Amino acid sequence: MNGRVRRVEAEADTALLYVLRNDFGLYGTRFGCGLNLCGACHVLVDGRVVASCDTPLWAVEGKEITTVEGLPEDGVAGALRRAFLDEQAAQCGICVSGIMVSAVGLLNEEPDPSEERIRAALDGNLCRCGAQPRMLRAIRRAAAENGAGGGGGES
Amino acid sequence: MNELPQTLRANPRLSQWVRLDEPGVVTVTPGKVELGQGIVSALAQIVADELDVELTRVRMVPAAAPTGPNEGYTAGSFSIQHSGQALRQVCAEIRAILLAEAARHLTPSDDSGDRGWTVRDGTVEAAGGGAGVTYWELVKPGLLDRDATGEAQPKAPADRRLIGTPVPRIDLPAKVSGGAAYISDHAPPDLLHARVVRPPGPGAVLAELDETTVRAMPEVTAVVRDGGFLGVLAEREEQALIAADRLRAAARWEKGAELPDEDDLPAYLRSAPAQTRLVEEQGRPADGTVRTLTAAYTRPYLAHASIGPACAIALWQDDTLQVWGSTQGIYPHRAELARVLGLDPDRVTVRHLDGPGCYGHNGADDVMFEAALLARAAPGRPVRLQWSRADELAWSPFGSAALVELEADLDADGRITHWRHEHWSNGYMGRPGFAGAGSSAFVSASVLAEPYQPWVAVDREPLAVGGSGRNSVPYYDVPRRIVGNTLLESPLRTSSLRSLGAHPNVFAIESFMDELAEAAGADPVEFRLRHLTDPRARAVLEAAAEHAGWRGGDPDQARGQGIAFARYKNMSGYCAVVADVAAVHEVRVERLVVAADLGMVVNPDGARNQLEGGAVQAASWTLKERVRFDRAGVTSTTWESYPILRFSEVPDVEVVLTDRPDEPPLGAGEVATGPTSAAIANALGHALGVRVRDLPLTPEHIAAAL
Repeated sequence: MNGRVRRVEAEADTALLYVLRNDFGLYGTRFGCGLNLCGACHVLVDGRVVASCDTPLWAVEGKEITTVEGLPEDGVAGALRRAFLDEQAAQCGICVSGIMVSAVGLLNEEPDPSEERIRAALDGNLCRCGAQPRMLRAIRRAAAENGAGGGGGES
Repeated sequence: MNELPQTLRANPRLSQWVRLDEPGVVTVTPGKVELGQGIVSALAQIVADELDVELTRVRMVPAAAPTGPNEGYTAGSFSIQHSGQALRQVCAEIRAILLAEAARHLTPSDDSGDRGWTVRDGTVEAAGGGAGVTYWELVKPGLLDRDATGEAQPKAPADRRLIGTPVPRIDLPAKVSGGAAYISDHAPPDLLHARVVRPPGPGAVLAELDETTVRAMPEVTAVVRDGGFLGVLAEREEQALIAADRLRAAARWEKGAELPDEDDLPAYLRSAPAQTRLVEEQGRPADGTVRTLTAAYTRPYLAHASIGPACAIALWQDDTLQVWGSTQGIYPHRAELARVLGLDPDRVTVRHLDGPGCYGHNGADDVMFEAALLARAAPGRPVRLQWSRADELAWSPFGSAALVELEADLDADGRITHWRHEHWSNGYMGRPGFAGAGSSAFVSASVLAEPYQPWVAVDREPLAVGGSGRNSVPYYDVPRRIVGNTLLESPLRTSSLRSLGAHPNVFAIESFMDELAEAAGADPVEFRLRHLTDPRARAVLEAAAEHAGWRGGDPDQARGQGIAFARYKNMSGYCAVVADVAAVHEVRVERLVVAADLGMVVNPDGARNQLEGGAVQAASWTLKERVRFDRAGVTSTTWESYPILRFSEVPDVEVVLTDRPDEPPLGAGEVATGPTSAAIANALGHALGVRVRDLPLTPEHIAAAL
């Protein structure tokens, strides 16, 4: 869990989301729908984007979990965080954690995605405030910065 | 002397707004709340500018009742106008008081008052230089415990340092890095988790419930049952979820009210009992009518559909109640809580904490009330109630469905000689504070063992501004007669949703303007300008057309361009939108150009963000959204049955903002909704050569129009 081994005692079919938030105090992973339909609770499990609201605890035992709090300061994640602030790419911000995780997952796999690819990769993330145009700009900016700096490829 | 801004007049004590108790810190307690719109940052910017301190010194305290000023609701795009103007005056007065104090310590270079001083990040210096003295050295206990007088003059535009500049929001760093930023992340020690169990639909009655198995679950702290209000408390959140599922399965409900036929809403809206009122009648029909056009437009019920369902925390302790939540009005909420729970208001404290995006009266007030009901079962322990996605989509108040019928006469020169408008809609004032005796705005108050009547939302005077009639009067220079029908029953609960009736009304008016232009053989921009005299309105319309490369709306390979304009509330921000729409396999909005004149702009980037967001949200309403229901209840309870715009569908948005630093601020959040919907519908009309008058612009409604 975010680079450390963590133990928790809970029912095996408890959704990972509640364990992250209530047992580990990792509130950055947000509750949105509980049905894997909005992306607010996205985390990386062994580098892949998953909905923690729909992932039972037993399924992640022994796996490497990265939440928004555990995203590195540098590389892709750092570039994304800076770009989101530079573009002021949020309104209420409740969807941003999940979008950040989805974007890290995308840019780790595809450092220089097309606009279409970015939009497709984020289609599972809903934003109600209408900040998507800014978020798309931020992700393009982060990809460019990360590519230019040659620092891509971290997980 | 300045006339005091409205909310300052009501809360004149300076120290109720701004305090300098802590060295180096300016503590600000506004009455307005953060809804995701960046208002708290904009207010901090105003304070920092007016007091001449660095923004980092300003500490914004979330609004609380009864400690902070009572500014009513954070709504109606009034926050900069109310709280912003109030804080500007408060800071101007505090600055003047402190400069007067400084005169005892320092010798100014001349006797010309303020001009003899320089303030640098809270340190007052004589203009000629020399040692300074800080605000915090100058302020004495009680110095700011005095009422605003209106004597101090806020800075002139030329002296402003921060106002008008794109300062980054102060709350975003935590929100983009996964900080515990929201009410749902607030976890006081000893927290209990709660869930509620809903009836299958409005008015359903609990006929039978065997709660013994749920009560027997060792991990369940309490099962709450008050009439038809059901909830569970548990030590762990997942246990509360399981217990709520079991309780739901153990309940049998009797059918409630019969909802109208969703597929024939116009018939329902027209036949339901309603209060009919003349909104406005102005001018006499001009001579020379050669042609009359008629059209009817509809909008379905819309959901707030925030990405985070409502959440609140409540704590009962020694007969006092504390509630934390994301209400838009801490004082009205507190009054309603006290009234419905039969408590002395002095025993109730309401504190605002940021919630997910708020676009009007959503479930925030309801969840706070319900948390209070549940927490009574566990005195001394804070209880956090998290609504489910289905709670949020089915039980928050909706923006009302609306039917707008328009009729206009044209003369031989293509001028409108008379305009007639009639609309049917529920009201928009369903918030706490409006409900009369015996009724309540809280959704669960109507199912308690001692129930309150559900409050049927009303429209407030003046009708042309206050609710379903908002923007029903066209901003064009035409003789007109406007009639509004406010329904007296609400099968689905309605209340304030972003821009209220301005959305359906502007959608209808601006669609109809295009139809009239076509009938008159005129270009849609030119036709509007023909009837528009306000120079600021004309400038915004022309700016949108020019920036978008207006090509007159000719269809081009199933692509179309559409334009629409409105002045929000006919007295606030001006906005014109050009939409580029492709209608090949599906309707796709490729680009929105949003031109706006919002008067003085505190934060141009914040204003742009609001305009962009308003336009994208309205595009979502226009293309996809419709609350679905059968005769028993709401059926659109997930993102599959209530789809909203996705990343792959979001248009590019370009904003053209006119700053007018000498004009009063006019608000940004709601101006774009109506013009965006109409511009998209007009573009679709030009792309397909067919007019779709029923929202949303789904394949089904397009096929019906064809």
